[in-house]
Amino acid sequence: MATVVKLQRKINGIKEECFNRNRVAEENRRKEHKAALLIQSWFRGCRVRAYLRHLQRKATTIQKIWRGYLGRMYFRRMVKTAYFIMKMNFYNEMAVRIQKRWRAYYVRKYVHNYYALKQYLEGLTMTNEIVRRELEEFAVIKSREREKTALESGERKKDYLARKMHYLVSTEQIAGVFNSPYKLFPDEMEFRLRGAKPLSPKASRSRKDGTEGTVETSTLGTPFTLPQIEHLPPIPKKKPQGPFRDPAEVLLQRYKPLEPTLRVATSITSVEEAREELKRKEWGSQVNDELFHHFSNANKNRRHELMLHTSSKFGHVDYGTKHFREENPEKLKGKKDFKRVFTTVQVFDKFGKTYSSAGKAV
Amino acid sequence: EQTLSLFGLGVMSLLRPLLLDVVPTIQQTAALALGRLANYNDNLAEAVVKGDILPQLVYSLAEQNRFYKKAAAFVLRAVAKHSPELAQAVVDCGALDALVISLEEFDPGVKEAAAWALGYIARHNGELSQAVVDAGAIPLLVLCIQEPEVALKRIAASALSDISKHSPELAQTVVDAGAIAHLSQMILNPDAKLKRQVFSALSQISKHSVDLAEMVVEAEIFPAVLACLKDPDEYVKKNVATLIREITKHTPELSQLIVNAGGVAAVIDYIGDSRGNVRLPGIMMLGYVAAHSENLAMAVIVSKGVPQLAICLSEEPEDHIKAATAWALGQIGRHTPEHARAVAVANVLPRLLSLYMESESSEDLQVKAKKALKSILQKCTYLPALEPLLHEAPPNILKHVVGQFSKVGKK
Repeated sequence: MATVVKLQRKINGIKEECFNRNRVAEENRRKEHKAALLIQSWFRGCRVRAYLRHLQRKATTIQKIWRGYLGRMYFRRMVKTAYFIMKMNFYNEMAVRIQKRWRAYYVRKYVHNYYALKQYLEGLTMTNEIVRRELEEFAVIKSREREKTALESGERKKDYLARKMHYLVSTEQIAGVFNSPYKLFPDEMEFRLRGAKPLSPKASRSRKDGTEGTVETSTLGTPFTLPQIEHLPPIPKKKPQGPFRDPAEVLLQRYKPLEPTLRVATSITSVEEAREELKRKEWGSQVNDELFHHFSNANKNRRHELMLHTSSKFGHVDYGTKHFREENPEKLKGKKDFKRVFTTVQVFDKFGKTYSSAGKAV
Repeated sequence: EQTLSLFGLGVMSLLRPLLLDVVPTIQQTAALALGRLANYNDNLAEAVVKGDILPQLVYSLAEQNRFYKKAAAFVLRAVAKHSPELAQAVVDCGALDALVISLEEFDPGVKEAAAWALGYIARHNGELSQAVVDAGAIPLLVLCIQEPEVALKRIAASALSDISKHSPELAQTVVDAGAIAHLSQMILNPDAKLKRQVFSALSQISKHSVDLAEMVVEAEIFPAVLACLKDPDEYVKKNVATLIREITKHTPELSQLIVNAGGVAAVIDYIGDSRGNVRLPGIMMLGYVAAHSENLAMAVIVSKGVPQLAICLSEEPEDHIKAATAWALGQIGRHTPEHARAVAVANVLPRLLSLYMESESSEDLQVKAKKALKSILQKCTYLPALEPLLHEAPPNILKHVVGQFSKVGKK
């Protein structure tokens, strides 16, 4: 009872105490909160820093290894090029020595060889003489050819002129232009006129050769000719009097080109020819020459083809299948056998057998 | 000339509507008239360009019949031949593509007219040639060379020659189209004008570099080419000599090849037979051959070149030929005392001295004569030839003569 009364008296005090303590706590809350925050943040910072340090160490290791690798590669490359340069220098020096000797020999034997030069010059004079003579002959031949062609074309022209002017030939009554009575002999043209055959109008038309001088006839083979045009049918003249058809129709019919039907145009043996053609094509394009025999499995007397491995005439080599070592008995003649087995070690004989009988299985 | 251009403009304005006429014969005749006018005078050609006729011609070049094409190509050629600017104007109208298309026609007359126009365009300078090449003309021209018509071959060969003369790349393009083989097949053709063009084309190709010259030589033209040195047409001979000169000037090996084939003898005979300007390539060829090495110079001497050159030196009236002869003699005589003696024996030194001293000779001739004289004198030990020089020489030459005397004579 007394305690209850004591407690009841303390209630107000307790309430005040409680209130006071809450107030103090509230007042300190912010401070304490900030302090706790500070402590926590510092600790987190420590953790992160430790992690960063760890990462940095690892990164340094990686970079160190990588740079070492790069440096070694670079070094190897430098060594390679230096070696290569050394090699090339060496080769060049040797080549220079060879060239030095060769050039000395060559110059002394050929270039400064007085007698060779003299011979060469003598040979050259002879060649020059030959060339000069040949050129002279060539020039003479060419000039003669030219004169000949000029002469021939002159003759042809004069003959053509004579044929055109054949009417100027002198007759019994009238002396022609070229046969002057005051001269002893008639002009040469007169003789030509006497021997000339008069030109026919068709001949004069076909004489027009417009391709002279523009086409090369002297070089290879045939001269260039225009493609032959087929002659067109003649132009119909006036219709003759009487019960005749129109000449145009008649000529059309007469000169109608042949147009056979397909049936007529195909040959009798066209089927056989087509078969031959097909066979030829097949023969040319086929890959395998053996024809396929249907049901040929019935006579199966095919020979069995051996494998190349087994059928070579040298037979199997024993090495690799039967033994793996080269054995040369002549070399081994005086030698004793190789001791393959050690002397036994007694301790190992007892292995597994000392305590239990499980080792007896060994 | 002003009246001529005024007249030209008047005529152009009359002819222009005729070009668009319905009747094809009128069109062709109008084009022909334009071509003849432009051909005659460059002012008229300018008037053709200014009258804006070229685009119309180029457009119809693609479409019309072959007579019109021939006439249109004739107009283009007539305009392009006068000057590079006119040729550039022709190119600017897009004429090149139309001309190259007409090179593919069947009619040889059209091909000839187109190839002629292209040749005249390419003649002026390198850019125009490059434009012609870029239009794809070269393979077609090489095809034209293989045609049977002689006139077409002539024109195609001259067009190729004009294209390849400007630069090594253009010459290489021509060679890559396989022109050399066809050109070398036509060497022994009887037509003289064709041979002129063929040799001119080959020499323009080979003048640029050693490789091109070697390719020309590999076509096995020697010794057939030497036969053409006896051709009656003098321009053929001149072009052959030019070709040989262009080949020999590159390397001693090529010169050696030609000497071994007897080319030196042929060229010396050629120099002896011809007169005037056509001798020049032959003389230069001898100079080039002798310049390479002393053995080749000795070969020239042995083939009796020096007397011939001495004759040239005294006969020829023109200064540039005399200068070339003096240079060639200097090249022959400068190697060793043997060579100098061979030159001096032909009584060349007094002549060279007189050429050097004459005030009428051109600068070039004097310089070359002096150089030749000096180089020969420095090796000459043949005293009878040196004595006449003692009397007349000026001091700068005299010191060399006296020096030679001191080297040789003890008297």
